[in-house]
Amino acid sequence: MSGPTSLARRRFLTGGAAVGAGALLAACTSNESPQSTPQAVAGNQGDNAQPGAHVTIGFSAPAADHGWMAAMTKNARAQAGQFSDVTFTATEGTNDVNQQIAQVETLINQKVGVLVILPFDGAALTAVGQTAMDAGIPVVNVDRVFDTPLAYRTWIGGDNYRMGVNAGNYIASELKKKGVASPVIGEVAGIDSLPLTQERSQGFRDALAKNGFAVGPRVSAQFTPESGEQMTSNLLQSAPKLDALWNHDDDQGIGVLAAIDNASRSEFFMVGGAGSRNMMDLIKADSGVMKATVLYSPSMASSAIALARLLGQNKGIGDLAEHEIPANVTTYSAVVTKENVDSYADVAFDS
Amino acid sequence: MTKDPSSVLPEAGSSSEAPPPRTAPPSAKAPRGRFPVDVRLAGLLAVFVLLCLVGFLTRPDAFFTEGNLSTILRLAAAIGVVSVGMTFVIISGGIDLSVGSIVALSSVWATTLATQSYGPVVMVLCALGVGLGCGLVNGVLVSYGRVVPFIATLAMYASARGLAERISGRNTQVVREAGFLDFFRGDFLGIPVLIWMFALVFVVGWILLNRTTFGRRTFAVGGNTEAARLAGINVKRHTALVYGVAGLCCGIAALMVVARTTSGASTNGLYYELDAIAAVVIGGTLLSGGRGTLIGTLIGVLIFTVLGNIFTLNNLDTDIQNIAKGAIIVLAVLLQFRTNRSRKST
Repeated sequence: MSGPTSLARRRFLTGGAAVGAGALLAACTSNESPQSTPQAVAGNQGDNAQPGAHVTIGFSAPAADHGWMAAMTKNARAQAGQFSDVTFTATEGTNDVNQQIAQVETLINQKVGVLVILPFDGAALTAVGQTAMDAGIPVVNVDRVFDTPLAYRTWIGGDNYRMGVNAGNYIASELKKKGVASPVIGEVAGIDSLPLTQERSQGFRDALAKNGFAVGPRVSAQFTPESGEQMTSNLLQSAPKLDALWNHDDDQGIGVLAAIDNASRSEFFMVGGAGSRNMMDLIKADSGVMKATVLYSPSMASSAIALARLLGQNKGIGDLAEHEIPANVTTYSAVVTKENVDSYADVAFDS
Repeated sequence: MTKDPSSVLPEAGSSSEAPPPRTAPPSAKAPRGRFPVDVRLAGLLAVFVLLCLVGFLTRPDAFFTEGNLSTILRLAAAIGVVSVGMTFVIISGGIDLSVGSIVALSSVWATTLATQSYGPVVMVLCALGVGLGCGLVNGVLVSYGRVVPFIATLAMYASARGLAERISGRNTQVVREAGFLDFFRGDFLGIPVLIWMFALVFVVGWILLNRTTFGRRTFAVGGNTEAARLAGINVKRHTALVYGVAGLCCGIAALMVVARTTSGASTNGLYYELDAIAAVVIGGTLLSGGRGTLIGTLIGVLIFTVLGNIFTLNNLDTDIQNIAKGAIIVLAVLLQFRTNRSRKST
């Protein structure tokens, strides 16, 4: 699976060198670090692992312009590769809602067996999801939810609110353990206009309030390392002393940590979000401010493919008493700390 | 491509045969109306001082601390360097929409090398080379290919970021090259190296623009292309070089971003083109070319950076910050329009 991809990438790089920046650099660009190992492939116990009826799964997702989103597509592809009875048809990722609708329509016309859709915008993709369901194609809706259950057979996604809750609870309990009376708790949020950011912040506020604490300095970044560094640099100037900091997103976390490092600050501890390999490595090393991260794992894409296959084969889930796949599956935002980091290494993603 | 560039078509060379009726001679740097420029710079400076005052009054404990001032300058450094290059392009009568993407491509290319430990020198040369190369491609497309700057750099805007995504595999490349980090994240004489670099680029840019033939030609080309050509300036070659300067600035900015974030990502440099154009326009440089100052650009960049700093210091929403940004841009352009009309009497 990774063979042809990296070959094409190498060819592209060599071409790009000539176009972009002069041939002298071309020799230095073959950066094929062997990191494209399939991540987070769900184990399939019981009868469901046995090859069954053949299923064609159509897949549509936004552009992989962010480590987490890239991992979603990568995981879906890797999971499909595990099944000998699955044909995987993926469309090119796009952040243009109109184009994603057109892509899903194409998949419907190809008469795929099951559709897995991670909409760029759940509301905008609802109608086409419903069209697929009406055409008799079950839809597995991943992460960003459609406006109506009529548009999907099953939804699987993360729990943004609980992500905030678990981050808040962890921070509160750690501070109480240390006996800090009135702590200053900072927050580096993601893109503020997205509902997912608002839900995370709400959960964080609620959990802290329950413990008698409140959010202090708060900034909103753009889910990118650069914006994380910029916003955090300013935030650290604003707060000469911090006790804890929650950063919503491990991709931007690289920049957040760079800013902390640059300001030579270490009087507080930091909690991340999503669960990237970088952050898990730092948590394990336990040498800096990074102490925990709350999961929002792209392993949900692997699970979505597994569920889609079972839907296509009219099977249920082994350990449940139900005959069918449930209509909703919400993944849990576990808190990964030094103590349990090893058991979560398999769902870490490369940011 | 197919046409011989020298065979002048009636309309292609933008009213080529019409003799320049009302414009100043080619060396129109700071013509008779030097006064309005100074007034505008003074106004800009007043806005800046006012902002700093607001910062001080709202957070007397935090604003004028050494750490905060250093943070502001460090944050201004990358976008400031890009804006220096953008000022050259806009004065020469062009526009560069690709600066952010070039920053992304340079940073990713340089840091992808880091993962293979080619060493800091190779990384630096790579970032600068990629930036310069992309800029020259822009310039050649614009001057020899006769593609409108807006379109040529729009193409680079899309393709450079695409290439950056391809090279990085959309992963953030974390820099582990100690030599690189130690140098660019370190201090020299108590001041961060990033700020020294910013100062150096600015001073070199200022000398290049105001004290050399290259600078005079840039003003001349932007003021009246045909007059510049008649005055014996190789307009095509000069235009290509100006975009090269802008590209090189992007390469330098990429190094700064990599040092700041300790990583290269294809999302680096997002919206730099808009921020740089805004800073240049606020600084009083004419979008139609032919006139402008680097000092204005510098104050423009600082105004935006200080604005962001004040908002964060006071724990305010970023939404309102964007509205404030928009208001400042409109105000500056209105001011520019008024002083401009008094000069050119359309």
